[in-house]
Amino acid sequence: MQTHPKKLLVIIGESALEKFLVRDIKQFGAHGYTIADVRGGGTHGTREAVWEGDRSIRMEVICDEAVAKKIAEYVLSVYAINFSLSLYFGDVTVIRGDKF
Amino acid sequence: MDPVVLFFLLGVIARLLKSDLKLPDALYETLSIYLLLAIGLKGGVELAKHPVAMVAPQAIAVIAMGLVLPLLAYPVLRFLGKFNTFDSAAIAAHYGSVSVVTFAVGLAFVIKQGVAFEEYMPLFVALLEVPGIVVGILLARTLAQGSARKKIHWGALAHEIFLGKSVVLLVGGLLIGSFAGPQGIDPMRGLFFDLFKGVLALFLLEMGLVAASRVTDLKRAGPFLIVFGIVTPVVFSMIGAALGRLIGLSLGGTTLLAILAASASYIAAPAALRIALPEANPTLSIGAALGITFPFNLTLGIPLYFEIAKRLHF
Repeated sequence: MQTHPKKLLVIIGESALEKFLVRDIKQFGAHGYTIADVRGGGTHGTREAVWEGDRSIRMEVICDEAVAKKIAEYVLSVYAINFSLSLYFGDVTVIRGDKF
Repeated sequence: MDPVVLFFLLGVIARLLKSDLKLPDALYETLSIYLLLAIGLKGGVELAKHPVAMVAPQAIAVIAMGLVLPLLAYPVLRFLGKFNTFDSAAIAAHYGSVSVVTFAVGLAFVIKQGVAFEEYMPLFVALLEVPGIVVGILLARTLAQGSARKKIHWGALAHEIFLGKSVVLLVGGLLIGSFAGPQGIDPMRGLFFDLFKGVLALFLLEMGLVAASRVTDLKRAGPFLIVFGIVTPVVFSMIGAALGRLIGLSLGGTTLLAILAASASYIAAPAALRIALPEANPTLSIGAALGITFPFNLTLGIPLYFEIAKRLHF
């Protein structure tokens, strides 16, 4: 089976950012994304997802490395000043390369 | 004290004692949708019975109050509290807007007291959600210095404010209620009206857990915000009660308008401000609105505002 190396970009942040992130990643050329509701804590305190203002999401985007880096740079420069954010990359192997 | 408030206190105590009690997210969401719709429907059914010419002037006066309240709160926060422009404007916006759940508890209180009230009051809840938020955002954007004085994207902002869940459900309920009328809504009475207080009790249990979870915010916010969170609702309730009397509301209606003026938003305002004023620290506004003002209003505030309204209706 032929496989293709891709980058996984994971963005964890406030759910208020969801629609902006979806718009942004598409603009940078990512083809798709997966979002899950999550809860957790860090240096800024805890977010327990118990009510509207306390919800967080984890967004996963699989794309080419160049696209992933552009998205990450943009997200950090625009949102990280005012919003709690965590970003990380991972190496993944996909089967259908053209899908991402 | 109304038993629904005891459910709230149970939630607060459970959280403070670190109980593992937690209501599922989906239930919280369902209950809040139910409460907003039920309040809207009830108001809509009653609204249909009143001529527009009678309600419209009252509605305009109520909107004007929603515009003025944040303007009163802002200088206090900015100059006495020494908060920056964004935080002052954001907190002012929360106090200008209203809390639907506080209104629901007020409604239960007024009904228990057996006094008359204008049953179309939910219209005023819907009308008061928005103005405070808009004024808060305008304050921040016009008073901010330098690069922070950004243009406001009104399209995106209007979408966020008017299509937020609380406004959609309240206004939707009002429209459905007034369109369907008492006969049309009657088959749903069991669900939307009879179960209301039980659902409110369950929701308040959850709100107790949520409010108590903001206690750590208060430590960061400092003593000024704690005092502000108690004094502001009392002062605003007097403005609400005076306006209620002025526009000819009954004792119950005056009490409810005082409660609305005293309440601070924690659903519509945080969502809209997080987008429109990301520079503001939500810990401060939510800590005050949810951690102090909400519990204060539920326990001591509502009976106090009833007394204030009674003084005006001698």
